[in-house]
Amino acid sequence: MRSSWLFFVPLAFAAAGIAFAENSAPQGTTTIALPTGVGPTFKPGPGAKAAGKYCTTCHSSAYVAIQPPLNATQWAAEVTKMRKVYGASIPDDAAATIVQYLTTEYGKP
Amino acid sequence: MPFANGDRELLAFPQKRALIVMTPRPPQLETPFAVFDDGVLTPNDAFFVRWHLAGIPQSIDASTHRIVVNGAVQRELTLSLRDLAAMPAVEIVAVNECSGNSRAFFHPRVPGGQWGNGAMGNARWTGVRVRDILDRAGLLPNAKQVQFRGLDEPVEPPTPAFRKSLDVDVARGDDVIVAYLMNGQPMPLLNGFPVRLVVAGWYATYWVKMLSKITVLDHVDDNFWMKTAYRIPDTPNAGVAPGSTGFATVPINKLAVRSFVTSLTDGAAINAGPAVLRGIAFDGGSGIRSVEVSADGGASWRRATLEQDYGKYSFRRWTFQWNAAPGAYVLAVRATSNDGSTQNATPIWNAGGYMRNVIETYKVTVS
Ligand code: HEC
Repeated sequence: MRSSWLFFVPLAFAAAGIAFAENSAPQGTTTIALPTGVGPTFKPGPGAKAAGKYCTTCHSSAYVAIQPPLNATQWAAEVTKMRKVYGASIPDDAAATIVQYLTTEYGKP
Repeated sequence: MPFANGDRELLAFPQKRALIVMTPRPPQLETPFAVFDDGVLTPNDAFFVRWHLAGIPQSIDASTHRIVVNGAVQRELTLSLRDLAAMPAVEIVAVNECSGNSRAFFHPRVPGGQWGNGAMGNARWTGVRVRDILDRAGLLPNAKQVQFRGLDEPVEPPTPAFRKSLDVDVARGDDVIVAYLMNGQPMPLLNGFPVRLVVAGWYATYWVKMLSKITVLDHVDDNFWMKTAYRIPDTPNAGVAPGSTGFATVPINKLAVRSFVTSLTDGAAINAGPAVLRGIAFDGGSGIRSVEVSADGGASWRRATLEQDYGKYSFRRWTFQWNAAPGAYVLAVRATSNDGSTQNATPIWNAGGYMRNVIETYKVTVS
């Protein structure tokens, strides 16, 4: 991780909160390495494999695990939103399996 | 966290101290609430993080980074950070609060990012007014909105790319800046290095990170993140009855007034005798007129003392002398802003889980 910035001039700020500073914007490269392999995995159960396959490309499964217990209609709406709004390509039968799985493992009746 | 499915890991992401991990990918990290008691400014390494799309560059060269200004303008511009640094600098202390801060406390609960109260922070932002940039480019007469985008990309191409737009007169406001410093330092990459938009007084959804393009539109932006997402009911306080439909919506905009106790948490046990309660209050930019504290669950109220004023967009710290006899209490805190808006005892509800600003209460045992 490296971060540098040139010529930082301490700013003298007017009462109005306005200053005329020069060359105080960052320069140079900042590099980070985001952690991988952290966060929960899908709970075991029928459909967990399909969820792992179709629901972790765009975001981690934590996005599912943190949700309040949703009912079948709400989980179906979430899966539909992923497909219709965010463009997740999931076959119909896998989507149905996933809704069933989410309702059982992360939902309420 | 005190709600169903509230188990969270604490983890230090790059340039960050250990924060509450809501989702690791994309990174969505909440500030532990105790940080807000440490000082009026939220340290950069403790500042919450929220990304929508996981296509986030992990290496950025500020020296080659450019902001393109195009669309309904007389002259297209390509600005470097040095160009920005040569323009008049503005400094604002402003609260950056996620639209869905506190969403997990909604009842009935709603899907979305399940934040506690820590998806907010207060920093000193230094940068250049968007107005000055737009004046350089020269707006064409048909300019209607100004659209902002950053370097983040969807993982899968069909996902709508993240873009946010402001009406031209809002974008030209005094307190809308392209910020290159956060608390006097380059900002952490996860907070938008090397430049992010600051729309003081407005919800964080507009504070586009890693700002790379400013496009002046001749129409009202119809992209997903404006037209469908981040809309609130066009009702007083953005509240509706759970499950109701058929109301008009508008894009979310100014922060609702809020206040919190920071020196103790719900369920605290303290010693009898004189105690100083501390907390924060803020609103969408009219500034805090008063903060009141109740020790009887909201039946009676007394004024707190407002501490140093960092400007109308900042957290305002307050203190309250409390001489508590042994017993069980429900503390409550209520702020009123200079525009007269205040907080209610009954929480609002909307399907997006936006703009919670109920009067916060804290059970306290004194012995
Ligand atoms: C094509 C990319 C993509 C795929 C595949 C995908 N999602 Fe999402 N998902 C998103 C985006 C984008 C968001 C919203 C990000 C934001 O606003 O933070 C999201 C958010 C969510 C949320 C949070 C609630 C909400 O509505 O915003 C849940 C729950 C969720 N996804 C579940 C799933 C499940 C279950 C699957 C598998 C069926 C899935 N996702 C597959 C892109 C995707």
